[in-house]
Parts: sequence; structure tokens; C-alpha cells
Amino acid sequence: MSQDIYPKLKEIIKPYLPEDVNPDAISPESHLVTDLNINSTHLVDIVLDVEDAFDITIEDDELDNMETVTASIALIEQKLATR
Amino acid sequence: MQNHRVVVTGLGVCSPNGVGVPAFKEALENGKSGIRFYRELEKLKFSCQIGGMPLISEAVKAKYFTPLQLRNFNAAGILYGVAAGVEAWQDAGLAVDDEQCDFESGTIFGVGTLGVDKYRESIYKVDEGNTRRLGSTSVQQTMSSGVSAYLGGMLGLGNLVTTNSSACTTGTEAIFMAYERIKAGKATRMLAGSTSDGGPYVWCGFDALRILPSKYNDNPTQASRPMDAHASGFVPGCGAGALVLETLESAQKRGATIYAEILGGHSNSGGQRQEGSMTAPNPVAVKRCITAALSDSGIAASQIDVINGHLTATAKDDLEIQNWSEALGRSGVDFPYINSLKGMTGHCLAASGSIECVASVLELKHQFLFPNINLQNVHPEIEKVISTSRIPTQKTDLNFNILAKASFGFGDVNCCLIFSKI
Repeated sequence: MSQDIYPKLKEIIKPYLPEDVNPDAISPESHLVTDLNINSTHLVDIVLDVEDAFDITIEDDELDNMETVTASIALIEQKLATR
Repeated sequence: MQNHRVVVTGLGVCSPNGVGVPAFKEALENGKSGIRFYRELEKLKFSCQIGGMPLISEAVKAKYFTPLQLRNFNAAGILYGVAAGVEAWQDAGLAVDDEQCDFESGTIFGVGTLGVDKYRESIYKVDEGNTRRLGSTSVQQTMSSGVSAYLGGMLGLGNLVTTNSSACTTGTEAIFMAYERIKAGKATRMLAGSTSDGGPYVWCGFDALRILPSKYNDNPTQASRPMDAHASGFVPGCGAGALVLETLESAQKRGATIYAEILGGHSNSGGQRQEGSMTAPNPVAVKRCITAALSDSGIAASQIDVINGHLTATAKDDLEIQNWSEALGRSGVDFPYINSLKGMTGHCLAASGSIECVASVLELKHQFLFPNINLQNVHPEIEKVISTSRIPTQKTDLNFNILAKASFGFGDVNCCLIFSKI
């Protein structure tokens, strides 16, 4: 499943990268804010885009589980499994 | 402390009849109307189904905003303000430092109503219990200071970064306040301007007041008729205008192109007393504003060559002419030349003052008068006060030195600026 999620998530993250960060820099280990330099206020936009793309709902207290690409994939997998 | 002389070194504009200074200047010279019919207004059963909105292409958007900034972006006033503001900054030949902020440069960028379409979008989501789905940028797109906040970040401004609001006086007032700040030595350079959203959710209140023309829905370009005997209300507009102001020393040191000098100005209110009200000007205050602007500038009334009026094409135009005439002590053929941009653009509300100041500065720099369009028969009350020869209906080349610009707004507020050729 995560093989499907990763490319989809990458596409969601791309538009939020600062202009000086190359999309190739996105890797499973990337921390969205500290590694990819994404403005932390945009995390709420990424959550909304993830919700729309995977038809899931992410609760406010689960935002901390989306700090890295890998953690986000795990959360999305868990949500899809319990949907 | 010695006052600094203040000059205009950059212009930017987003007007219903031209986006960008070159297109706007051409429109001024040719008397081009920016008033169009809007099917949306017809569908919503507005009496007045016409208006003036700048035509912004995707290419213009992409020039001033990143794709990320345009995500979920729905604040026309910020779009107009940024396009005009950044154009003015670039026109002044000023670079943008991506690392450091410039503590000597700031902005006063006024608004009337801002981010209305974004706000409407948010209200729908909130009422559906979907506040969490607003996204991260609804605050910055709907706060009044949104436009100065966007510009401050894009240009790295480190001096005063703020937004003023005083209805239809807003734009002229922003320029006056920026002028005062530079004159007093508190900033070297200020981006001064204003912006206004347009469309049904901004114009609705004016339609409800029945002060917009309703008989020109089939004939939009002829609807806005300042000073005309058949003026039947102002045509609503929107857009933005921006001027870079700086000390004369700074402009000379940089070798910048100097468009004009601001000699002085004044702003006041009629207190909604005497004949003044929320919606009507107190003539005592209007005249005082004009004479105080003259004395602040150190010039005599006889030195005014040209007036760029507020003149919205309502029944108040003749009162405005009367006020100018009494304040200056000049009438008939002795009255200065006078024109109103609103014939071409409609009344761009909070943006009107700044767009009209851009037009005024272009007239001074290039020594011409733009035509008063749609003026077929001068209103008889106006003709009693001033000679029709002072109201050009064709583009007129003119060697002149001093132009007075005034704007008046709801709340009985006034502002007058004096520009000089340099």
C-alpha cells in the first residue's frame, strides 16, 4: 500500500516547497518543516489536501504524526485500514 | 529640524482601463473607458449592471505571485495592490534584497473593503460547520492590512508597514501620510497607494443606496459622466494605484527618474456638521482643506494650473466645483483646468485617490491633460461658476507646473495634495 501512497503524497507536498527547494529533495526520511523548509502554517493545507486525496479525516491531535514523510504515510495507511 | 523635500520616483497602476503604467497612460491619452457590462450583476438583479474592473491576465498574476501564493488565493484587492505596488517599486529602479529588510523603506497602502470574495467563501464553510477546512491563508487574505502585509514581505520593507482606511479619500490620504513621514525624516522612502475589491459584494450597498446609474446597462462606456448635465450617479469600479515617494536627496543620489514633487497637502473632516453628513461633505471643511493644502505647500491659489477633481458624476459635482471656486477665489475663465478620471474608470472607491494621483503625476511629467469623456453638455450649475473652456474634452498638450488633487469620502473626510513639476 505504501508504494501507492508515497508518490501521491509527494505530489501533494510539492506545491508547498519554498522556491529554493528542489522536489527531488523529498525522501521518505524528510521532515516537512526542518528538512524541506515548508512554512509550518502550510501543514494545515497539506492535511486538507491529504484528506481530499485519500478520502480520510485527520484529527487535530494527529497532526504531530505527520512531521515526516514516513510518519505521514503510516498515518494515512492506518486511516485507510480503519475507514 | 529641516524638512525633507519629497518626490515621486515610481508609479504602478491596475485600473479598469489599463493594467500597468504604459497601458494606462495610453488609455488616458485616448480617453479609453474601462466600464463594462457584467452578466453576474444582471443575474443578481442589480439596478446598475455595469462597473469597472481591471483585466488581469494569468501572466500578470504569475509575474507577481508564486504558484504557492496563488493556491486558494481569492482576494482581488491584494492582487491589484501587489501588481500596482511591485510595479511602482520596479519602476523606481529599486532592487529587492531577499536576505535583509530595509529599515529606511516602508508602505502605507490603504483599503476600503478587502478580501470580500475570500471572506464570503469562508463564511459558507463556517456556516456549514467546516471551519477546519478554511486553509492557512484566510486570515491574511481578509485582514484589512493584508495588502500592506503582502507588499511588506515581497519588498522586504522594514519601516512603517500599515494600511489606512477612509472610504473614497483613502488613496490620496495614504500618499499624504507617506509624504508627511518622509518630510519629517522618519523614512527615506515609502510605497504609498491604495486598493479596492470590486464586484457584487462590494458594490451592493451603493446599488441599494440608488446612487448608481441604472439606465446605461446597454451602453456601459457612456454611463460615467462627471460634470455632465445628464450625470446620473457614479459607476462602481475597483483596482489599485501606487507611488514610490522618497526624499529628493535619496532620489538624486540614486540617479532615479523624478516624476514630480509633492509640495504639500492637508487632510481634515467636516465632522458631519453644517451641511456635512455620513454621506455628504461639509463645504466649510472642503474649502478649508484646499486652502490649508495651499499654505502647507507655500503657494498661492493663483499658481494652481490644473485640478484633478473627485467629481464622481453624481448630483454633488456642482457643489464640488463651487467649493473649489470659492476656496481658490477663482471662477469663469480664470478657473484652473479641471478633469475627472472617473469618466473612464468609474469610481474606484478606496482605490480612486491613488489611481487618480498616478494619472495626475503622468499628466505633470508628460505635460498633457487627459480628456473628460462623456461630457456633452456641462451641467448648468457648473457653467454658472466656471468657463467650459476650462474643462477639456479632448487630450490637450499643456505646459504647466502645479496640479491640485483632492478626494472626499463617506464619513465627511477630505484630503488635498499639491503636486509640482520638477
